[in-house]
Amino acid sequence: MKILVPFKSVPDPNDATVAGAATSAPKSVINPFDEIAIEEALRIRERGDAAEIVGVTIGPSAVDEQIRAALAMGIDRAIRIDDSRVLDPYAVARILRALIEKEVPHVVIMGKQAVDDDSNQVGQMLAALLRWPQATFVSKIEFLENKTRARCTRETDGGLEVVAIELPAIITTDLRLNEPRYASLAGLMRARRKPIEILTCDELKVAVRPLTTVLSIARPPKRAAGTRVDSVEELIAKLRQEAKVL
Amino acid sequence: MVETLVLIEHDRQCVKRASLHGITLARQLGGEYALLVLGQGLDEIAASLVSYGAFAVIVADDPALTEPLADRYAAVIVEAARKYDSRTVLGTSSTFSKDVLPRAAALLDVPMVTDVLAIEEKNGSTSYRRPVNAGSMLATVKLESDRRVLTARATAFEAPAADGAACPIERFEFDVASLPNGMEFISREQRISGRPDLTEAAAVVCGGRPLKDKDTFERLVGGLADALGGAVGATRAAVDAAMAPNDYQVGQTGKVIAPQLYIGIGISGAIQHLAGIKDSRVIVAINKDPDAPIFQVATYGLVGDLHQIVPQFIDALRRG
Repeated sequence: MKILVPFKSVPDPNDATVAGAATSAPKSVINPFDEIAIEEALRIRERGDAAEIVGVTIGPSAVDEQIRAALAMGIDRAIRIDDSRVLDPYAVARILRALIEKEVPHVVIMGKQAVDDDSNQVGQMLAALLRWPQATFVSKIEFLENKTRARCTRETDGGLEVVAIELPAIITTDLRLNEPRYASLAGLMRARRKPIEILTCDELKVAVRPLTTVLSIARPPKRAAGTRVDSVEELIAKLRQEAKVL
Repeated sequence: MVETLVLIEHDRQCVKRASLHGITLARQLGGEYALLVLGQGLDEIAASLVSYGAFAVIVADDPALTEPLADRYAAVIVEAARKYDSRTVLGTSSTFSKDVLPRAAALLDVPMVTDVLAIEEKNGSTSYRRPVNAGSMLATVKLESDRRVLTARATAFEAPAADGAACPIERFEFDVASLPNGMEFISREQRISGRPDLTEAAAVVCGGRPLKDKDTFERLVGGLADALGGAVGATRAAVDAAMAPNDYQVGQTGKVIAPQLYIGIGISGAIQHLAGIKDSRVIVAINKDPDAPIFQVATYGLVGDLHQIVPQFIDALRRG
């Protein structure tokens, strides 16, 4: 079985600059949900259910650092689609579709959303364009019937839901599918020798134009801090008389 | 033509109240809107929707739609959007709408905006405000398309009044044989809880990692929620430590809530969690660390040991 893992390079969500404390540019990392997808692909290969894991990302050469990180975790090879435009989820889905038609994987595993844009769209859009089944927000994957189907546990608002989907399919990962490993030193060494294939949208014969423009990004208005109370009695009195919520 | 289709969510028995908030966005967009419900045995659910000022309640009622499988649901939503020539298909943000609507958007060949907080019409073009970076920033975006798919954050739009004249219920006929068939529903594990739904409760008590274990969490967080008639939520750390189930998680990647009263117990206030509670009317923080970031947004802060404070709080509420 061949697994394709699309991943995105995002500003490190644990970096203080993203949280607003500093002003220098934050460092980039693999989107944490995509890292979970990479880890799951590695575990599937380690238990003998996959022969090859191909990683793909879209971006300029600056994202090669995250590609090396994915290779160091253990994916077999990587493809970078060279495109430095600001893309929207639908554009990304259309580019990935063209690559999937070329690579023909048995399953695509990817994060449910990127932690910078938080759109949560690409996996579902990709499944639609390919007319493939989808299992989103997945916390457990098992392959069935000689790997022609996958049984996936999904995290929904109301609790857990289990679906069986025919392969090929798109699976998007939720937080608790696994805990990604750290790359080993040997993995880092091996990553240097693994190939990164560079492709362009022209080579994939896909002409897309993003339809979403970001006009501005601003900090949300700050909620003002209220008052400190010294006891449960005082708190209850405030909630009753001042806030009138009890 | 119906300008906007609003996808309504239900749990096979009742309409999910939060999913009605999308109607308010449809009203702001202007033009006629219809409410779209998919499932099986929807008579009562459809009847409960006729007073929201819609052009019609459109019902896709068929055994093939008993379970919300994304491939079929998206196909039916797309057929309905084409039949009614709707420029906008929208839903309220939830795991259901986020599963189904991006798929429908790609089938319709239109872009989508997730988690809309507000819209602004200027010079004939619409811009949308939405949270990014775990809610720490707000982006304003524009679409180069006159057709669109949107999800609305329930907490950013008021619940619509059900005071319109009864609208017709239209049965939506579609070709069942042509629906995709690659997904099968196996099972659902739903907790039966006497507590109100997290996203609908007037009071929510959330607990963090200092609650230590499942029993203490239930006794203190659950106990306080019950004394208030409220719902229980948890931080990612508490869920990771198996103190509470996954669907209790409140925050940018969990549930976003805006109750009248939020009480955070042993919660320091990570940006991810604060993004999910900051629109609550009253925020109460109980934490032993006086420098915890949650105190910067709390309406009322009480510094101290939760193991002493929370039992006192429960007792005081019980005494009335």
